[in-house]
Amino acid sequence: MKYDLQSSNFRAANMPNSTSPESGLKRFGDKRISDLLVESRQANVNRQRVQEFIIEKLLFAGGMAAILFIALIFIFLFKEGAKALFLIKPIEFIGTHILDFDNNRVFACMWQPVGESGKYSIVPLLIGSFLVALPATVISTILGGGCGIYLAEIASAKVREIVKPAIELLAGIPTVVIGFLCLTLLATYVQNAFHTTFRLNAFVGAIGVSLVIIPVIASITDDALRAVPNELREASYGLGATRWETIWKVVVPAGISGVTASIILGMGRALGETMIVVMATGNAALVTGNIFSSVRTMTATIAAELGAVPQGGPQYCALFLVGAILFFITFVLNLVAEMIINRMRKKLRL
Amino acid sequence: MTVGKRKIFNSFFQGLCRSMAFLAMAVLIVILVKVVTNGVGVINLSFLFKAPREGMTEGGIFPAIFGTVCITMLMIVLAIPVGVSAAIYLTEYAGKNFLGRIIRASINNLAGVPSIVFGLFGVGFFVLFIGRGMDKILGIPLLFGQPAMLWAASTLALLVLPVIIVSTEEALNSVSVSLREAAFALGATKWQVVRNVVLPQARSGILTGAILSISRGAGETAPILFTGCAYFLPRLPVFTIPYVHIPVINPLDQFMELSYHIFIMATQSTNVAATRPIQYGTTLVLIALTFLLNLSAIIFRIYFRKRPR
Repeated sequence: MKYDLQSSNFRAANMPNSTSPESGLKRFGDKRISDLLVESRQANVNRQRVQEFIIEKLLFAGGMAAILFIALIFIFLFKEGAKALFLIKPIEFIGTHILDFDNNRVFACMWQPVGESGKYSIVPLLIGSFLVALPATVISTILGGGCGIYLAEIASAKVREIVKPAIELLAGIPTVVIGFLCLTLLATYVQNAFHTTFRLNAFVGAIGVSLVIIPVIASITDDALRAVPNELREASYGLGATRWETIWKVVVPAGISGVTASIILGMGRALGETMIVVMATGNAALVTGNIFSSVRTMTATIAAELGAVPQGGPQYCALFLVGAILFFITFVLNLVAEMIINRMRKKLRL
Repeated sequence: MTVGKRKIFNSFFQGLCRSMAFLAMAVLIVILVKVVTNGVGVINLSFLFKAPREGMTEGGIFPAIFGTVCITMLMIVLAIPVGVSAAIYLTEYAGKNFLGRIIRASINNLAGVPSIVFGLFGVGFFVLFIGRGMDKILGIPLLFGQPAMLWAASTLALLVLPVIIVSTEEALNSVSVSLREAAFALGATKWQVVRNVVLPQARSGILTGAILSISRGAGETAPILFTGCAYFLPRLPVFTIPYVHIPVINPLDQFMELSYHIFIMATQSTNVAATRPIQYGTTLVLIALTFLLNLSAIIFRIYFRKRPR
């Protein structure tokens, strides 16, 4: 009995609305107070169970929101995009037959959605996107990889405390600011240096985009290399290897899956980057392999055109289809990167 | 390879990596210096607190600053409850089960969705599906079914959701298990442990995530392009409550925004060259805002990491 009262006292201190401990010493009506306490405690426990249940379901709903929204993005993009396949012949998304200057029918890939017979070839947009994203990925793999190696393996703890936040701050600069500086300053430097025909071109955009993905690649590479167990380094040093030989032949190969994942994620970011490319790449939908030519990426096309088209028209739906394709590409890239990272985690835990 | 060659290789490549890291820092400094030196000339009180005049070629950017503050506040109010509860569910309830894995995978994917795709989704889902749907159900003429601050903030909230979830999760995971076990041993229920033990300990981490996502949201342009931004509005997006005369933010209005202002001024305004100083001034304001937010988040994190528990 004493034990029971004490434990009730203890619960009372924790719980609001439970019987106050002093009342446990008196009789109340014809029931003993301890019985009353047991009853009210039972009621409290029941109420608490209901409360716990409701709260858990609410938190669960918060967690499900992430799944829900990914699903909704899928549904809404592909729903609107699929309408485009009914409004426009699927073959036209690759190219259409047009008359050239000598009145010959030629098959051309053009994105020219305005006018009577809009042309909706997504080929120039795909080329444009990759003409920006691939050089940007190459630049930032070299620079971001170097940063990551430096942060993880070379920098002293003190320098790391400064360099890592600086790289995070670089990641925090709004893309519209980078786009603006590319447009006003970098484009002029590039034109003076390479004497390009177009002032705004894919190369300017690629440099701008690489500024955004260098921090991504650097921080993931840093994480991946730091996860490599120290025994490997010690064994390498023990065999007489220099620091660089240890980094290049032992640590980087051991963390290669994380590095690869960072490059894939960086490429996904590069393909999805919008404001920099819409401001700095010139926005001419050309089929070209020249990195110094103006291009129009998928993202820039959506950003530049969606605001001005009537809803439900062929161009509107075509833009959603472009968005759906973009989403699909980045989704696959993210999925692959995540699979690689998961596999790395499993391997390192063993 | 001789020893001498190996030594040269060793120092050369280490130096190369070091120079790459310092190049990245140099780029950051160059960006900041360029924006500050070009933009500081136009910054004064009337630039910060007056509306634009003369077809945007003169006057200030107050409506854009106001709009940015409003939309980020609305965004964080929408995003924090969902994000924090998702993170609590993941760390405290789901653990490593199948559902938890799926939720984590979708958060990672949500983080990788291009921002312009969020913009498309905002139009398709929030404006047209939910907004138009509400209009139809309420039987009113066009009110919800058009671009508005509410929809833009919802789109941005979706964009920053992964940031909040990931940083909250980190904060919750850093609370030591022994504290939780002590609370359970005292007879506390799961929610009591979370509310009274875990959340107070993780408060600073959650706050850091919130600051980071505010700065992210303030800098994003693509998601709000079609969901509520306007280049020029003659009045602020506020309405006055009748009788009591208290102005409140009207979430169904369109709004001006700093990053969108820069974008349009730099690419589509009538006289791009003449408004260059204003563009740099706006950029400086935006970069100062995001930079300070990010810096405070970083300092916060370092401070709380060092604090003895």
